Amino acid sequence: MSLTGIKAGASPRGFLSSPQDAGGLRSWIFSTDHKRIGLLYLACILTLFAAGVALGLIMRLKLITPGNDLLAPQTYNAVFTVHGVIMIFLVVIPSIPASFGNILLPLHIGAEDVSFPRLNLFSWWLYLTGAVVALVSIFTGSGAPDTGWTFYVPFSERTTTNVSVAVMAVFILGFSSILTGLNFITTIHQLRAPGMTWRRLSLFVWSLYATAWVQVLATPILGITVLLVFAERVLNLGLFDPGRGGDPLLYQHLFWIYSHPAVYIMILPAMGVISDIIPVFARKRIFGYNMIAFSSLTIASVGSLVWAHHMFTSGMSDLAVLVFSFLTFIVAVPSAIKIFNWLSTLYKGSIIVEPPLLFTLGFIWMFSVGGLTGLIQGAAGADIHVHDTYFIVAHFHYVIFGGTGLGMFAAMHFWFPKIFGRMYNRRTAAAAFWIILLGMNVLYFPMFILGLMGMPRRYYDYPAQFAQGQLISTVGSWILAMGLALMFYNLYAGVRRGAAAGPNPWGAATLEWTLPSPPPSGNFAEIPEVEKGPYDFAPDPRHD
Amino acid sequence: MIEAHKDYAGAKLGMWLFLFTEVVLFGGLFLLYSAYLHRYHLDFHHAARNLDTFLGGANTIILITSSFFMAMSITALQLGRRGRCLGLLALTVLMALGFLANKAIEWWAKFEHGIFPGSEHLRALPQGEEIFYSLYFAMTGLHGIHVLLGVGILSFVMILVRRGRVRQEDFVILENSGLYWHLVDLIWIFLFPLFYLIT
Ligand SMILES: [Cu+2]
Repeated sequence: MSLTGIKAGASPRGFLSSPQDAGGLRSWIFSTDHKRIGLLYLACILTLFAAGVALGLIMRLKLITPGNDLLAPQTYNAVFTVHGVIMIFLVVIPSIPASFGNILLPLHIGAEDVSFPRLNLFSWWLYLTGAVVALVSIFTGSGAPDTGWTFYVPFSERTTTNVSVAVMAVFILGFSSILTGLNFITTIHQLRAPGMTWRRLSLFVWSLYATAWVQVLATPILGITVLLVFAERVLNLGLFDPGRGGDPLLYQHLFWIYSHPAVYIMILPAMGVISDIIPVFARKRIFGYNMIAFSSLTIASVGSLVWAHHMFTSGMSDLAVLVFSFLTFIVAVPSAIKIFNWLSTLYKGSIIVEPPLLFTLGFIWMFSVGGLTGLIQGAAGADIHVHDTYFIVAHFHYVIFGGTGLGMFAAMHFWFPKIFGRMYNRRTAAAAFWIILLGMNVLYFPMFILGLMGMPRRYYDYPAQFAQGQLISTVGSWILAMGLALMFYNLYAGVRRGAAAGPNPWGAATLEWTLPSPPPSGNFAEIPEVEKGPYDFAPDPRHD
Repeated sequence: MIEAHKDYAGAKLGMWLFLFTEVVLFGGLFLLYSAYLHRYHLDFHHAARNLDTFLGGANTIILITSSFFMAMSITALQLGRRGRCLGLLALTVLMALGFLANKAIEWWAKFEHGIFPGSEHLRALPQGEEIFYSLYFAMTGLHGIHVLLGVGILSFVMILVRRGRVRQEDFVILENSGLYWHLVDLIWIFLFPLFYLIT
């Protein structure tokens, strides 16, 4: 269709403008252009992110004082469940790979598109279907699901809420995620431009590669697990029903065999973004390229062996606890390697502070706090104390929101001029960053303390000794919301009225910056010959 | 619409990745099977004696033969003998339908004895026997769905071969469908001993 239709320079708005005969919505939702599909994902993800944030704000508002009855108890259960399901399966899992991965992967390796463009479009349609089914599960039947995003049995088998529909949504979304992973692996193997050796891949591509393997190998386990929950409810199998000889612990194992590796689906692409941004704004080659690429693969492989650290209090042999605790500590090492490499890249670089770098530094701070507190839970002894408390909630919001979220915002600010050909207001972007960072820490840090004091997660109400921390946390949620609103407004204004950005405003060295902004529909007029690495910068024009 | 590039190796790689995901999907069920076999091996032994090894064995032979025809149909197309390829594909589909019919008879007999998920009869049995049957229905059921999908895929490929979309010079779709069919076959080759023989 439009894949090879227009070549470079045909239009100043590149892939954003449709050919005359096929404009409008149809030219987007049936487009096989990876950049258009990526933008479709981005639009859906951000919309659902807004919905998830709104639910989070409502939850925080309800928890502002003890005894508050803004929400009925059952509604509260539904709100935290739907918040989790939306944020995990519809926002964070697809986040960077489906949006920026789709837009940038072919550009980074010098290809025309991904290996299977139509399959790529099909993945997006599956994603959309999954989102619709998830919405159906909220608004139909006898009430929105109230199990928490983990769908733990036996409660998920017995509750009368709409769990059957919700797990089918998760199944469809998993399928979408698998197909994206499959497409990316094949693309990276088959479509690298001449001269684009494995050691010249950008670290973002390396992270997508590691992520794609996790998507392909771990997601089917989630598929079968949620199918079983569905079958338990609809066909009455009883495989997890303790009253009939089933074992709920086996459900937990199956669930976490996917859902621990899933956190690497969430975080690895963000790490890739960070690895690509830091050298650009330090004007220095990345420190330890091999180690960063290798650590992505290590995280992906060792990360599939640590799932049972979610189950230290569920009942396991002491030996199993010991082994899983040990492996959890091991898997922290490659993440630490990345942090050291990023900091070493900044060391003695000629640093230019621009919004993408700010978000990147925010990532490093938030991820370090989240990662180190993760080890507290990975230590079997300490975990007994903090298990299922606010400490966990704080930890994974630091990692997932502070990590993946800020990583995604960094990507948005870094590639914005490439995708839209315009520049946002950089001072406003910086201001939004500081408000967001402040809001996140005020929102989530008190939760560490509340957790250590013994406040359990998912509880509807709490005694007075937790009131102060809960209040501070709610105030933090307001600060964060203001920061987010400012950031999105600024980006929106940039799309509308931003000044022309030019092909390479940051002076970066990866291939997408050799194209006009926005890139034309068929990407490269001819497939490039690659002769240098992704971080071999030209002399800085700003220092001339 | 024609694909922008024809990439034989890429198409095969993508298919193998997809097959991995199928193996892992069933892997979750095999994991449950092994955990419960370990816990209830005596109950599994008793329950399995009620399964009809003859029917199961017949189905095994049907599937292996169908895989053979599948492979032959690919070779036939590679040699440019389209009619023979179509005939062999039709035979494969027919055997798949035979497998499903056989499976239906087997399930139906179980239902008549009051053996189906959640039935009164099963609940009266020792817990391990009920678990055995739940696994039996879940695993052969999921496999049956895959056989059914295979029927659909192979019929679709037959249409493509007839229309010349899949032909001697460009047969990767047929080959990939064959890979899928062999996997479905292979999964049954594991299911058969687990339910009918080893317990
Ligand atoms: Cu984990």
